[in-house]
This record gives sequence, structure tokens and C-alpha cells, in this order.
Amino acid sequence: MKFLVCIKHVPDTETKVAVHADGKRLDPQAVSKWGASPYDEYALEQALLFRDAAGEGEVVAVCAGPQTCQTTLRTMFATGADRAILVEHDGLESAESLTRAKALAAVVAREQPDMVLLGKYGVGTDEGTTGPMLAELLDWPHVAAISSLDLDGSSFAARRAVEGAVEIHEGSLPAVFTCDKGLNEPRLPSLRGIMQSKKKPIETLAPGDLGLDDPSTTEPKLRWDAFALPPGRPEGRVIEGDPETAAKELVRLLHVEAKVL
Amino acid sequence: MGATILVLAECRDGAFKRSTHEAVGAARRIADDDGGSVVAVALGARATAAAAGLGAYGADRVLCCDDESLDLYQGQAYAATLAAAAERESALLVLVPASALGKDVAARLAARLDAASACDLTEISWSPDGGLKGVRPVYSGKALATVSVPAGVRTVATLRPNVFPAPAADASREATTETLECPLDTSALRVRTVRVELPEEQELDVAEASIVVSGGRGLKEAANFSLVRDLAAALGGAVGASRAVVDEGWIPHKHQVGQTGKVVSPQLYIACGISGAIQHLAGMSSSGTIVAINKDPEASIFKVATYGIVGDLFEVVPALTQAVKDHTSS
Ligand SMILES: Cc1cc2nc3c(=O)[nH]c(=O)nc-3n(C[C@H](O)[C@H](O)[C@H](O)COP(=O)(O)OP(=O)(O)OC[C@H]3O[C@@H](n4cnc5c(N)ncnc54)[C@H](O)[C@@H]3O)c2cc1C
Ligand SMILES: Nc1ncnc2c1ncn2[C@@H]1O[C@H](COP(=O)(O)O)[C@@H](O)[C@H]1O
Repeated sequence: MKFLVCIKHVPDTETKVAVHADGKRLDPQAVSKWGASPYDEYALEQALLFRDAAGEGEVVAVCAGPQTCQTTLRTMFATGADRAILVEHDGLESAESLTRAKALAAVVAREQPDMVLLGKYGVGTDEGTTGPMLAELLDWPHVAAISSLDLDGSSFAARRAVEGAVEIHEGSLPAVFTCDKGLNEPRLPSLRGIMQSKKKPIETLAPGDLGLDDPSTTEPKLRWDAFALPPGRPEGRVIEGDPETAAKELVRLLHVEAKVL
Repeated sequence: MGATILVLAECRDGAFKRSTHEAVGAARRIADDDGGSVVAVALGARATAAAAGLGAYGADRVLCCDDESLDLYQGQAYAATLAAAAERESALLVLVPASALGKDVAARLAARLDAASACDLTEISWSPDGGLKGVRPVYSGKALATVSVPAGVRTVATLRPNVFPAPAADASREATTETLECPLDTSALRVRTVRVELPEEQELDVAEASIVVSGGRGLKEAANFSLVRDLAAALGGAVGASRAVVDEGWIPHKHQVGQTGKVVSPQLYIACGISGAIQHLAGMSSSGTIVAINKDPEASIFKVATYGIVGDLFEVVPALTQAVKDHTSS
């Protein structure tokens, strides 16, 4: 079986957000470390688990973005991916999700995988739209934010948590899944993998190679006009006294001042 | 004549969810600015039966797809039905609650209609001539992005639950209902939701609750989560957690608040024994009122807290539970 795992290259979650001088985006200078979005690690792990259990198959990691994404793809090699594809374009990383989904759909058409795995959402933009969009573009079955996935031949059963309940979905491959925490325990890159990853080639494609429009000449439908830090919270108040007194005073304040009780 | 704004009405057990009332209310406010109309779409066997009630929240008409096979969420069919409704109504703006179902169907719909996708908005304004302007939290709330879509470009926008006010029901208003067909053969779907499992005990979801009480590593061990549960129960709130305790296995991941958990904005958030790591703050710092209980006066959680109690949570939390009970009974 062939698995395509989509990896988004994002700022580390420790990043202290700062605004770029143009006032419209994150200041890249503030980002000390980039890497795969945390949910993408569950996607990769699931593909590796299926491949290793079957004793055959191919796991292909794909990333759409600038050349700097290569470091993230190397980590995927080190963790166990067999191949890596970079759809290289500076504009693809910050392009709107439908543009990214179209690029990934073109890679799917070329690679013909049995399964496409993505993260539940890319941390940063926090949208989670790329997976469902990709499924619609391909007209493939899709289950979002899965916490378990069982295969039986080309049939699958997946679970996903929704507000206060779990949905069980059944369907047939080929299919698209976005992965949630709880699906598996992602492995770390191995030392041997790290050594080998340096030698493995990253297949680089330009949008044009996939028949895509140049992302820098297409007008985005959704524009980012401003990017700002949230308004600071007003100075808080420390409530003094022994536990009983402080608890009573807090309840009083929640009632009369904050008006939430 | 004003524009038509389409809203997905999400039905659970024959009743519409509060986030649907919020979305209908937001659509109403937008429509009222230029004499437009609000058209909701409801799917499932009991759609028509429930639909007229949406009038009370601001819907003018409800398009109902009374199909039993759509009682559970079937993504492809839902997206195709909504797309058909958007075409039929020539709607340029579709509003969807940013619930688990709504987020999925909205993305599919945007792809199907080749529309702009604006996610998880906390502010929205729209007009046929001005297009959309919205605000959405990004980097899990560490920043706010102002986004726009030019006039004339079809837009699918999801609205973050608990942010837009749910209008008071006006029983004198009724919506008219019309039938809507799902354009797909729902017996031929290649994936379907076959069932929904409810937990043995129905718990309030942190993402939907207006009060959340969260526990962190300061609780020392899993059994002590009962302190947090008791306080949440006394307040009628949901139980949240830091990632540290989810990773320890003290509580399932669905309770995790933060950058890799749920982003919540309840009216009241109480953090017990949580240090306030950047990834945790990202998930809760837009809450209305924040209470922090921590023995370390230097803990970062106090930087975002409205009220703080520096002390031992094993003493403070039970005292608070008691004080809440006393308050409720008085
Ligand atoms: C990629 C990534 C994603 C992450 N995502 C999330 C996320 O989504 N959500 C999240 O929460 N974290 C997340 N984290 C983890 C985060 O960095 C912190 O490790 C975590 O939030 C700490 O949890 P905590 O506050 O419960 O524990 P600690 O940091 O250990 O804090 C425990 C606190 O309890 C207090 N305490 C101890 N005993 C008592 C007592 N008796 N009474 C009162 N107070 C007491 C201590 O003073 C301390 O402040 C993420 C980390 C990474 C790297
Ligand atoms: N530029 C990209 N390259 C590869 N995969 C991506 C890209 N953007 C998004 N994805 C995938 O889509 C998921 C959801 O991203 P998003 O819709 O941006 O929140 C990510 O977790 C990735 O798996």
C-alpha cells in the first residue's frame, strides 16, 4: 500500500509571537525553530505503523512550501519515510488552504496513493481545512480528526471525537484522513535514520510541473489585512486571606463584579 | 432587495445547538443592515419538524432536507446539499458554526464552490458591496488576524462558538419551510458515519461550556481530579486539563485545553495547579474571567488571571466548592 503524508512546515509552538513590520503577519525573525506541525506527526506515525505491520508498502512525505521546508522533510526521512516530495514555491506556505489543497491534489494525481494522511490542523493558522478540501477536490472519502483507524483489506473503520460523543465512520479506500492526538504515539527520529536521511534525495517539483498556476500570480480570495497581538488583559487582583475567606471573597467578586455567577 | 445569507443549522437529537442560534443571530444582524434575508439549511429526518423554531432566532426561511440517512453527519452529502442550496439561493455568504461538524462541512463546501474560506471568526461584518471583514484568533489566540474577502467573491465563514450572542427567542416570529433535496445518492456514499457513541456519563464539552474548571500537575495524582470535578459540578461547568496531566493519563485528551488541545473562551475559566505554559495560555486566554489557583506566586498563569489565589489547591479548591454551594443555595 502507498501512503501519502502531508507535512506542514510551521513555527515551533514555543514561539513568542511578534508582529512583522508590515503589520500583516508573524515576524519570521521571532521564530527560532521550524518543524512539522505536531498533528502531522500522528499522520506520519500511522502510515509507518501500517507499512511496518504489512511488511511492505511505501510512505511518501509531501510538503508544499519554500526550500527551507527541506529540513522538515529530512526529519521525516529520519523518522522512517521512504520518499519525500517538496512542491517548492515561496508563496505556497502562506497561500490560502484551497490553493494548498489544490497543490496536494496534483501530487495525489501523480502518486496515486491508497491513503492520504494529514494533520487535524496546522498550528499557527489553526484552520484544519486542507484535508476536507483535498477530499472534495479528489472526490474521495474523508474522515476528519480521527483518533483510531482500522483497516481490513480496502475497508476502513475510523473513530473521531465530536462534542461530547464519538462518531464511527466506515468506508473504503482510497481515502483521506486528518489525524488527532490519541491516534498513536509518534516515534522519534532514530540515530541511524538521521545519518541516512542526509543522503536521501528530496524530489523537488515546481508548481508548473504539476500543471498548477503560479501561486504568486493568483489573487487570494481571503486576505490578511492586519496581524496584531491580542489586547492585554487588565491587571489581575490577588485575593488574600485564609482559604475559606479567600474562597468566599472570590465567589462574591465573581457574582457582583465579574457577574458570571 | 438585499442579499440572502445562508446558515447551516446543526441539529442534535431533534434540537438545534446553541452555536446554530448564535450563527442565525449573526446572519440576522448582517442581513438587517441592507434588508437581506436569512435562510437556514437543516438536514435529517426531523428537519422540518424542528425548523420553524429557527424563526424565533432570526431565520426567514428554512430549507429542509428531511432525509433519515442524514440524521448522522455524512460529510459528502451535507456539503453537496449545502452547495445546492447556495446555488439555488445565489447566496454569496454562507455561515457555519465552527463545531466539529461545521468545520468539516465548511471546508468541503468552500472547495466545492471554489469559495473563500474564513475560519473560526470572532468578529464578522459583511455587505454585498463591501465583502467580508472578520477577525480570527491565530497561533491559538497568541495573535489576532484581520481578514477580508473582496465583494462579489463567495465566502464560507465559520463562527467560533460562545463568542457571538445567541439572540433571545422571539416566539412571535416564525420561519417558513421549504424542502431541499440532497443531490447525491445517499445510499452510494463511500464513507458513512455508522453510529455515534455517547459516553456513559454525559459530560459537558470544554469547547461548548460557559464555565470551565481545569486541573494541572499541581493535583499530584489522578484521584485528586475529583477536587476539580466537584468544583465544576457545583458551578455547572465542564472539566478541563493541562497537557501534562493528559500525558500522564489522568484524564482523556478531549479535556485538554491549549494549543494542541481545545481552544476555549468560556465566560469563566478556573485554573487549578496549572503553571500557565505558553501552549496552555494559547487555549484559554480569551476567556471572559480567569481565576488562577496556584501555590507559586510567580506562576505565569497569574499574568492572565482576573483573580488569583496564591495557596495550596488542596485547601483552596474544596473551600471554593463549598463557597459556591453556599452561594447557590442562598
Ligand atoms: C508541541 C507542544 C504542544 C503543547 N500543547 C499543550 C496544550 O495544548 N495544552 C497544555 O496545557 N500544554 C501544552 N503543552 C505543554 C506545556 O508546555 C506545559 O508542559 C504544560 O501545560 C504544563 O502543565 P501543568 O501546568 O499542569 O504542569 P506544570 O507546569 O508542572 O505546573 C504545575 C503547577 O502546579 C502548581 N502546584 C503544585 N502543587 C500545587 C498545590 N498543592 N497547590 C497549588 N498549586 C500547585 C505549581 O506551582 C505549578 O505552577 C505543549 C507542549 C508542547 C511542546
Ligand atoms: N503547505 C502544506 N504542505 C503539506 N501539507 C500541508 C500544507 N498545508 C497544510 N497541509 C496539511 O494539512 C493539514 C491541515 O492544515 P491546515 O488546513 O492549514 O490547518 C496539515 O496538518 C498538513 O497535514
